[in-house]
Amino acid sequence: MSELSSMETTPTPLLSVHELYKSFDETPILHGVSLDVEKGDLVSIIGPSGCGKSTFLRCMNFLEIPDAGRISIAGVTIDCQGMEDAPPQDLQKRAHELRQQVGMVFQQFNLFPHRTILENTMLAPMVTRGITRETARENGLRLLEKVGLTTLADRYPAQISGGQQQRAAIARALAMNPKVMLYDEPTSALDPGLVDEVLKVMKDLDAEGMTQIIVTHEMRFARDASDYIVYMEGGNIVEISDEDEIFENPKDERTRQFLRKFI
Amino acid sequence: MMRKLLLLLGLFMLSALALRAEQPVLRWSADANSNAPYAFYGKDNKLTGFEYEIIQAIAKHMGRRAKLIQNDWDGLIPGLGRDLYDCVICGIEITPERAKEVLFSNPYYVTFEQFVNRRGTPPISSLAQLSGEQIGTLNQTAALRMLEETPGVIAKTYTQEVNAYQDVANGRIFGVLLDYPIAKFYATPNPELQFSGPPLGQVVYGIAMKKGNTELQRQINAALAEVIASGEMRDILSRWGLWTNTVAGAFGQPEAPSLPDTAYKAFYAAHTEKVSFWKRIVRYAEFWPLLLKGAVMTLEVSIAGMALAIIVGFTLAIMRVFGAWPLRWLATLYIELVRGTPLLIQLYIIFYGLPNIGINLSPIIAGILGLGLNYAAYEAENYRAGLHAVPRGQMEAARALGMTHIQGLRWVVIPQSFRLVLPPVTNDFISLLKDSSLVSMVTLLDLTGAYNRIATQTFDYFGTGLLVAAIYLLIGLPFVRLARYTEESLAVDQRRPNQKPGLFRRPAFARIRRKA
Repeated sequence: MSELSSMETTPTPLLSVHELYKSFDETPILHGVSLDVEKGDLVSIIGPSGCGKSTFLRCMNFLEIPDAGRISIAGVTIDCQGMEDAPPQDLQKRAHELRQQVGMVFQQFNLFPHRTILENTMLAPMVTRGITRETARENGLRLLEKVGLTTLADRYPAQISGGQQQRAAIARALAMNPKVMLYDEPTSALDPGLVDEVLKVMKDLDAEGMTQIIVTHEMRFARDASDYIVYMEGGNIVEISDEDEIFENPKDERTRQFLRKFI
Repeated sequence: MMRKLLLLLGLFMLSALALRAEQPVLRWSADANSNAPYAFYGKDNKLTGFEYEIIQAIAKHMGRRAKLIQNDWDGLIPGLGRDLYDCVICGIEITPERAKEVLFSNPYYVTFEQFVNRRGTPPISSLAQLSGEQIGTLNQTAALRMLEETPGVIAKTYTQEVNAYQDVANGRIFGVLLDYPIAKFYATPNPELQFSGPPLGQVVYGIAMKKGNTELQRQINAALAEVIASGEMRDILSRWGLWTNTVAGAFGQPEAPSLPDTAYKAFYAAHTEKVSFWKRIVRYAEFWPLLLKGAVMTLEVSIAGMALAIIVGFTLAIMRVFGAWPLRWLATLYIELVRGTPLLIQLYIIFYGLPNIGINLSPIIAGILGLGLNYAAYEAENYRAGLHAVPRGQMEAARALGMTHIQGLRWVVIPQSFRLVLPPVTNDFISLLKDSSLVSMVTLLDLTGAYNRIATQTFDYFGTGLLVAAIYLLIGLPFVRLARYTEESLAVDQRRPNQKPGLFRRPAFARIRRKA
């Protein structure tokens, strides 16, 4: 609860989504979703399948282009209102600017299979920022150490386990020095035994003050690590609650129904 | 004194130069790769044949030097329009239809069609008796026209006269109708074949020139008349055993040959000679310069053609997959158009058609362009499949990491699709290597051209065929090896730790299968 109150008093949150709308082929997915996230927060988004939580996350870095709404992250603001009339290159340019602030981790890892783990972390900084190979290498090794993959730096993605791959994907995203990290069901494709090593990395990052938003089905993790939890259903945010409160005493009946299946 | 000498020398050289300038080259064309007894490569790979001798004599009377420009039979007339050469002498019959397209000289030979069938079958007296039978002949000949005008006859056209006669001997077709010189040189040496029936029809050969070139026509006619009147023509035709009553009557000269038929005898002897296996091998070895030349041409055209196909194909694929709709539409149109029409016709259009709108390409450029632009359509589809085969998540990850679309393509998607398309691209290269034999249509001597020339010289179609096929195979194999090696080097996502690719290692899939 303390997190929520502090959010209200801070004038400019690090990430702010306002009235986001998105539909696929006339099927509405998001109905005006708004969310503010403070610097250093770890936010879990939970909800039933098809509730729009993944789409919401993907809209935040414009992997999906919202139909309407305003997103601002670390000072870069894109208002989708009236964007239909602007040339598409314009939107792409702004989206590209915004993505520089945001790291993303996917359910299927999406590591580059033709590159080693270390090269995976080096590629984007070298290509997009013109960083020298030596600097990128140094930086990559430092990040691999942080996620505990130093010994596997020269392996290819197919040669390591799923948990290791996901940790490598986190290191790869961190190499761009993002202000916010987005995770789209980061542990759903993993064997149960491999989940904890990934969650540990996220907890470590939280301790360092990284701002993270996680779409997840890991209720235990959501409860343990989150500063607060967002419950979504039917394309709307139904409830934003303190991590303990939402599990013990959900305010909304729909949240109660959903969580009953897990507890 | 010295000065005077120098002056004299200078004058002499000048006059020699002037003399040369007055003796321009007479560029003539024929399909000399398989064309006995007209113009062909005989013993020691030297040009010979009765038409070869006739054009030499005509050129001499014109004060010119004759030079052969080799071309395929089907390209001979189109080549005239393209100014590849001045005239064609290749057993071309003077017909009213052809006279509309080209200018003809006066006749230089008059002959008839000779029917040939298996020894032992009763002789025919007219073509009408052949109703219901399959009869072989060559394309664009008087014989084919006569066969088509006879009701019930099923005409089969061949590209090589020797194959037609072989099919008679093998019992595949009933007989062959072809010009007398061909029958005499190809059927007589074969003990299983016989001349059957009387001389049929009349065929008149003329030298073809470009429409409108009446000055050349006048000169050639004048020289031809001298060659006939001087008895040179009778000598040439007598030595080749072709001085028949028909041609004697046409020229108003005595029916008896003026010389013994030594050229024919030599050809006959060479054709019927029993060649030992070892001697045959030695003979192949003697042809290696020709085979090497052909192989180099084949390789040159294939590699350059493939390089062009890859560049154009890649551009088309990018246009089709990522372009705005007009580009996409354009690329699709190109692919469908090029893939849906025969390569041979495309080559013809590029080489013989484009000059009509002022684009004159050299044979090798036309060959490379034809092959490259054709295969580009297939390559484009390969690359499109490859680009689509890379999971969508790869581009998403690249974009999420702050790369632009172009950067994502360049660093993430294209490198991955490269390995995926290697096998089909290798496939296409091997296919192109073999299709490159079509460039003989645009006057280039490649491996297949070399095959034709050697086979007609040695009458060893089977052995030469095997030899040339083996060379094609040998040329292709290193590329297949290289492609597989590259593919394995790139297959890092299927490799176990510390495993390195090797040029002569078993492919990765073999190991996987063994494990399972």
